[in-house]
Amino acid sequence: METLRTLPGDDVRQIMWRFADRYDLQMVVQTARSLARSLVARLVAEGARKTHEWTEHKAQLLSAFDDAGLTSLFMDPHQGGFIEGPKNLALALVAFELSWVDAGAATGSLATNLALAPIHEKGTPEQRDYYMSRCVPPAPGEDRAILRGAFALTEPLPYIGVDTNTMTGKVRVLEWEEGKEPVLHVDKRGRFITGMDFANFVTAAVDTNDPRIKSSCMVILEETDEGLFDRGAPTLKMVHQLSSTRDPVLSLKVPASRIIGGYTVKDGVIVPNYTHSEIIAAVFHRTRVPVALMTTAKLLSAVEPVIRYHRQRFRGGTACEPESAKFQLGLQQKPDAVLRLTDVWATAEAGASLGFETARLFDRLDPTEKAKDKIFAEQGVVGAKSQMSALRKLEKQAIEYLALEALPPDQRDAGRMAELEADTLVQYALLESTANILCPACKLWNTGYGATVMRETVALMGGYGITEDCPGFLFNKWTDAQLEATYEGPEAVQRRHLSVTMTNEVFHARLRNWIAQYEALGAAHPETGASASAASMKLWLWTLEFLLRAKDPEGARLYHSRRQGVTFPLADALCWIMATRSQIADVLELAAKGPENPVVAEGLDGLVAFFSDLAMVQAARSAGEAARICASLVYGFGPQAAEDLAAFETLRAACDRASSGAALAKDRCGAALCQVMIPEALDYPL
Amino acid sequence: MSDGYQIVVCGGIVPDPLQTLEPVHGPAGWGLKNELMLPAILDPWSGHALYEAANLAKAAAGSKVWLVSMGPKAKLQQVMMTVAQKAAFELIALDAPAGGFTEAGDVAAALAEAIEAIPGLDKSRLLLFGGWQSASRGAGATMQIVGEKLGVVDQFQGVDKLTIEDGGVLRVLERVEGGSYQESTVSGPPALFGWATGELPEPPNNPQVGMANMRLVMPALQKAKPVQLAQPAFGSVQLPCQKRETRIVKDTPVEAIAREIVDWINA
Repeated sequence: METLRTLPGDDVRQIMWRFADRYDLQMVVQTARSLARSLVARLVAEGARKTHEWTEHKAQLLSAFDDAGLTSLFMDPHQGGFIEGPKNLALALVAFELSWVDAGAATGSLATNLALAPIHEKGTPEQRDYYMSRCVPPAPGEDRAILRGAFALTEPLPYIGVDTNTMTGKVRVLEWEEGKEPVLHVDKRGRFITGMDFANFVTAAVDTNDPRIKSSCMVILEETDEGLFDRGAPTLKMVHQLSSTRDPVLSLKVPASRIIGGYTVKDGVIVPNYTHSEIIAAVFHRTRVPVALMTTAKLLSAVEPVIRYHRQRFRGGTACEPESAKFQLGLQQKPDAVLRLTDVWATAEAGASLGFETARLFDRLDPTEKAKDKIFAEQGVVGAKSQMSALRKLEKQAIEYLALEALPPDQRDAGRMAELEADTLVQYALLESTANILCPACKLWNTGYGATVMRETVALMGGYGITEDCPGFLFNKWTDAQLEATYEGPEAVQRRHLSVTMTNEVFHARLRNWIAQYEALGAAHPETGASASAASMKLWLWTLEFLLRAKDPEGARLYHSRRQGVTFPLADALCWIMATRSQIADVLELAAKGPENPVVAEGLDGLVAFFSDLAMVQAARSAGEAARICASLVYGFGPQAAEDLAAFETLRAACDRASSGAALAKDRCGAALCQVMIPEALDYPL
Repeated sequence: MSDGYQIVVCGGIVPDPLQTLEPVHGPAGWGLKNELMLPAILDPWSGHALYEAANLAKAAAGSKVWLVSMGPKAKLQQVMMTVAQKAAFELIALDAPAGGFTEAGDVAAALAEAIEAIPGLDKSRLLLFGGWQSASRGAGATMQIVGEKLGVVDQFQGVDKLTIEDGGVLRVLERVEGGSYQESTVSGPPALFGWATGELPEPPNNPQVGMANMRLVMPALQKAKPVQLAQPAFGSVQLPCQKRETRIVKDTPVEAIAREIVDWINA
């Protein structure tokens, strides 16, 4: 039977992650990869991670990012960039490639982008053009330094983390002369602020400390502003050491025009156009996706070094003859080694599929969101609450659209469907409801569960795994993953986010469509695990609906924002399910589009068979995990009504049955790992 | 040279050097195991030629660089995603196998034909660049034959340096035995230069250059002319008899590496 011949190359990934027709992105991938596997890898190998300080050694990264175009990636062409349109997928791919070697470098490459993101998302056009065009390398003949930024949200203990409602950073009016622009005083102490060693400006979240400023906001602070711009002490972090991180102290006088997004004056009060929460929500909505993919890249990067180590484990000594199986296969003689690596790879594939699907979704969402904002502005719908209220009214139409989409094409009301398709606000509601699931899901699952699986890759290298000599820097990657699970909103923040958004009716309608699609797919392509995926989605949705109406023996509602023993595990279960759904979709894309590319077509049968098996392995694992969680919630707060339990048991049994053949699929994956061709050595230094 | 040079670089693609290469005989003849699926790079010798060409074109106003590349179209496209970011050029793509199991004469004929067909090519300004050798199969004859077919008889092989002197005279350093150079001058184009490593480092990727190149690279790939190359009959095919042993070592002093190389040569 045809199986995997070589590790999947760029042609395969371009199809699976849907950028086969985007040469701009393909070039960006090559650029980031080349940088990662040369300078970045060299820095790690030379021990640059062994200090908290920002050194000249590490600073080479900045000029390398500039030279390679990664600094300008975030900008539009008129600002000095080179990619037109949304750049979520581009940024995700770069983060993925850099993290393949070292995620600290990826964080460093994204730091100024993160600082610019509030300006990009909600800044005034003047703010956008001013800062974004100065954060790119000078054009030929231009004489100026590149501006670099830092994003300051996180604050010192005890107000730890990103509890966006608790901020000690304050802004007040310092001077306000009649007819002139107000001058503000900003006090902000940051903690764990990336890029702070060299930042020329900081985008800082601050709360109002003055009745003449209505709300919190974000403010741009520059190093040349009057006052204190103390970069602070280096953060004594033990991970991502290739990125600069300090705890700054900022106390500065700035004009009110630095309020991101601008402001209006109403009754003698400055009203920022956006609160800091609104800006942060828009920023993190997008920037969390590359972080999710950082951990995924580590898992995928581990496959090749683990295979090589296992195969070559007994070579080079007198333990065996060159022709012997022990020499040829090494530890791969034993099924455990390849079966455990199969689990790692399956997790990585699911994470990559989920992360890149989310990045692509944001590329679609970005222009729709801008169009939505324009329409709302014309309608006078301003402010987050008013917009949410207006969008809620559109949910019915969004659900109607999904109902039409679920029908066979010849049974749809084409006119109505076209009408809803042309309605920007309806389309926004549809995209946003999915993004509100996929974004926290990939951030939570890829990093949180990814960190756990990364430990498994270290274990697969035995004692070698915890030495500096371990190829692929696996130990660093394991510990780095823990930071990725934490920053830009730790796991609890993502679970909390999901616990709110996963009750959205538009998402439920979408989920029902997916269930129907995957049931059909499961019938047509049982080898992909689509049936298990559909069964787990069905079980999860039933469980949610049950939990929303069920009560505990004391009459308290089970699904409640304060009952995180219910909402959070259910959020976890959804992440598993979403990742598997994306993974299967990518396998089907490869099967459909692979024949169009002669390179991929060459070994397509084997590739599709292997990726289908991986998807089946992951689908079974996800279904099992989701079923376990759902069962713990349905039974755990009981007793519940017998008819409910019977209904649940029927669905759970279907879920278990749908995993039929998964262990055989895993065996086939293990066999494939024993014979797949790998390069003779890793393409970056140790 | 008031109007600049027309520099045509011939450069094929080869499998990434870290990949295991295993000759296999298939229905279409000899090839490398899983060749199409292995990542490819621009032949390093051709790469040096391209970077030297781009550098020369910058120094001589009005010059233009073409890269004539033969290989499976889809593989060429992947390679171009990197190469196109390193230097400004116009691609002429030929869709043909690249595994090295071809005759230098056949390859050269196809390349010469493609070069002849370049619109507006002025042979009086033509500098033909290519690799002195190839990383796929070092016959070392392809460029010479290309030159002959195009009537370019001033040929230099193993070139490491090319400088433009007063009056457009080209001064050339060619590698000869014993680590020495032969220094020659040629009055000007047309001339052929088979490059050794040259003196330039690999340029960093520049996405702006890449985006500009891609406007012509993608159409060139789409209309890449298929080339049928008859495979000669091989009595046998095997990897070079030296056994390749890749060792990963860390923190080895330069002196120790040098000593090991000397010991190996002496042995």
